[in-house]
Amino acid sequence: MAQKTYDWAAIAKDPRFLELHHKKSRFLFGWWIFSSIYYFLLPIGAAYAPELFKIQVLGRINFGYVFALSQFFVSWGIALYYAKVANRDFDRMTRELVQELG
Amino acid sequence: MNKLLLSLTAALLALPGVAFAAATGASSLKANPYVTIPIFLIIIGVTLAVVVNSARKTKSASDFYTAGGGITGTQNGWAIAGDYMSAASFLGISGMISLYGYDGFMYSVGWLVAYITVLLIIAEPCRNAGKYTLGDILSFRTNPKPVRAVAAIATVSVTTFYLTAQMVGAGKLMQLLLDIPYVVAIVGVGVLMVGYVVFGGMTATTWVQIIKAGLLMTGAAVLSLLVGIKSGMNPLQFFNDIAGSTNVQDHVKLLPIYLSELKSGTATMDAGQRFLEPGLFLTNPLDQISLGMALVLGTAGMPHILMRFFTVPTAIEARKSVIVAMFIIGSFYILTTLLGFGAAIHVTPQGIQQIDKGGNMAAMILAQKLGGDISPFVGDLLLAFLCAVAFATILAVVSGLVLAASAAIAHDIWVNVVKDGHADQHEQVMAARITSLVVGVMGIVIGIAAEKQNVAHLVALAFAVASSGNLPVVALSLFWRKMNTAGVIAGLVVGTVASIGLVMVSPNMTYPDKVADGAKAAYLKLEADIAAGTIAPEAMEKTQAIITAKRAEESANRGGTSMLGLSSALFPLKNPGIVSIPAGFLAAIFAALLFPNRRSEEMFDEVYVRQNTGLGMAKAIDH
Repeated sequence: MAQKTYDWAAIAKDPRFLELHHKKSRFLFGWWIFSSIYYFLLPIGAAYAPELFKIQVLGRINFGYVFALSQFFVSWGIALYYAKVANRDFDRMTRELVQELG
Repeated sequence: MNKLLLSLTAALLALPGVAFAAATGASSLKANPYVTIPIFLIIIGVTLAVVVNSARKTKSASDFYTAGGGITGTQNGWAIAGDYMSAASFLGISGMISLYGYDGFMYSVGWLVAYITVLLIIAEPCRNAGKYTLGDILSFRTNPKPVRAVAAIATVSVTTFYLTAQMVGAGKLMQLLLDIPYVVAIVGVGVLMVGYVVFGGMTATTWVQIIKAGLLMTGAAVLSLLVGIKSGMNPLQFFNDIAGSTNVQDHVKLLPIYLSELKSGTATMDAGQRFLEPGLFLTNPLDQISLGMALVLGTAGMPHILMRFFTVPTAIEARKSVIVAMFIIGSFYILTTLLGFGAAIHVTPQGIQQIDKGGNMAAMILAQKLGGDISPFVGDLLLAFLCAVAFATILAVVSGLVLAASAAIAHDIWVNVVKDGHADQHEQVMAARITSLVVGVMGIVIGIAAEKQNVAHLVALAFAVASSGNLPVVALSLFWRKMNTAGVIAGLVVGTVASIGLVMVSPNMTYPDKVADGAKAAYLKLEADIAAGTIAPEAMEKTQAIITAKRAEESANRGGTSMLGLSSALFPLKNPGIVSIPAGFLAAIFAALLFPNRRSEEMFDEVYVRQNTGLGMAKAIDH
């Protein structure tokens, strides 16, 4: 239970909160859309561009395999990048805002 | 053909179901009880010790549902992985890769990508805005009673579908591996599951999940290492071994899809290489996209996954837990590829299908084979270890489900709807324990009753309901100012009903007329073979017997209809997500716009500031 009451509407209009909100929304939804498109290229490509997936790039290893494997690394990459930006920027901005209201 | 694919997919999705029923006859896969039983006893002993220890610490409702918010990010990450990776992903996906190569690998990708949605959209806001359940998040700025009631029903239906599939799978798996009766297996799993949850609550469930994830990763890593050593730890050599295997080539040459590709002139002539290319199993791209949508959005709407984010103290720990979980889950699926391809090389697709048509036992046979190459005892030990891993896997997943369903009933319905939120800690914990007991017993009863049912489509259904019912209303509640009571109720009801309804009229159901057609095609083919003289004289008696059986199957099924009285599917896809997810979103949006609510809109500032900053957060420890 909150020990303290806040003027939520005022915080929501606070320029620092608005800056946090804009930065965060752009980042989160942007990367979410990127990751979704990248993922759905896999089943779509396998179904409609099978010749591309069959191209052998390294010995027996074909493009399709490399692309499917890349999905794992792209997901991990996005996760780590988000953690870095959140730890560096979002958390700091939140902390500054909360301390001021404290 | 279509029928075969269907039943194979079905077998894969909920693991055992269909495939194990078909796995009769000579099986060379038997766990050595002198090795297996001690390993099982050790796991049961360790987990029970955890329960005794956690029971002492479980005093308040927040202890019971969220372990007092005292789980660290890393612990929670392992627990999420343990909660999520079911026996179907462990056994089913490696089996699919061992029989259909590339498509199995492609199938596994969505299960990891799903966590991007969890990480970016759901985890931190839920930690900041929620308390114990889905109902807590949804009722914040809406009329709490109806919203909690509907949210609880949605939670219970998702978890029941998932739990039923897991229980039946558990029964069939333990029956096959340990040679014990189905009912004994279900009751055994059920009693342990109830014990963990009722006495140990979230703390015990979390530790069971952590232990399971550790065991699963160890098993997969050891087995992958053995597979790697066989190919000289060289990836290029590994792929040469797969494509160069004459058994794999012979297997591909007999696949109906390959035969039709040969006819149309599009086939890769090197059948071994074809195994590494897409399209041997997943032939309907629309169905895959639909499943992909259900995974990407449904994982974030699964009540037992959502609940895990209430166990960590801060949004930062919630973020950390998803990242840890993503590395575990992703590594696991990459190792699964090695196991699947390894089984194709060393056990051969023919050997795998001899034991189970759907390939679900591939990893188990591989363990016995590769261990056995070192010494027979190591083979027994590895197989026993993998059996124990499967067992721990089932326990971890079902415990998480029982806890989520109980929280919805006890916390949302009993405490907040029936008792108006007036219940002291002692009463809340009692309600939670009694509900867990009831839910667990129901799980056992349903598991026993559903033994002969085809439960394969229930996992897909659970993800469909979670993605079409739960996720749209959670996302809109957190991010859309105009969301309100009408929107939540409409979204939950339409999303859930659309998913269930579409599955009921989909090809997942059994259509006796189709079964009859399949049987007729089978005996006509055999009769043609006899007429053409391609059946060896010594096989004649057996062939005649099959023809008689298929004729009986045809007449028994001819003219019959599905559960809903249909002779064929109305909806062409097995996965309803592509239709039901937009339906859930649209229903929520239209209802919210049609019945606007000032108070809900005014409270958005509070929700939005809270979920972004964690201000005024109901710290679980404060209760």
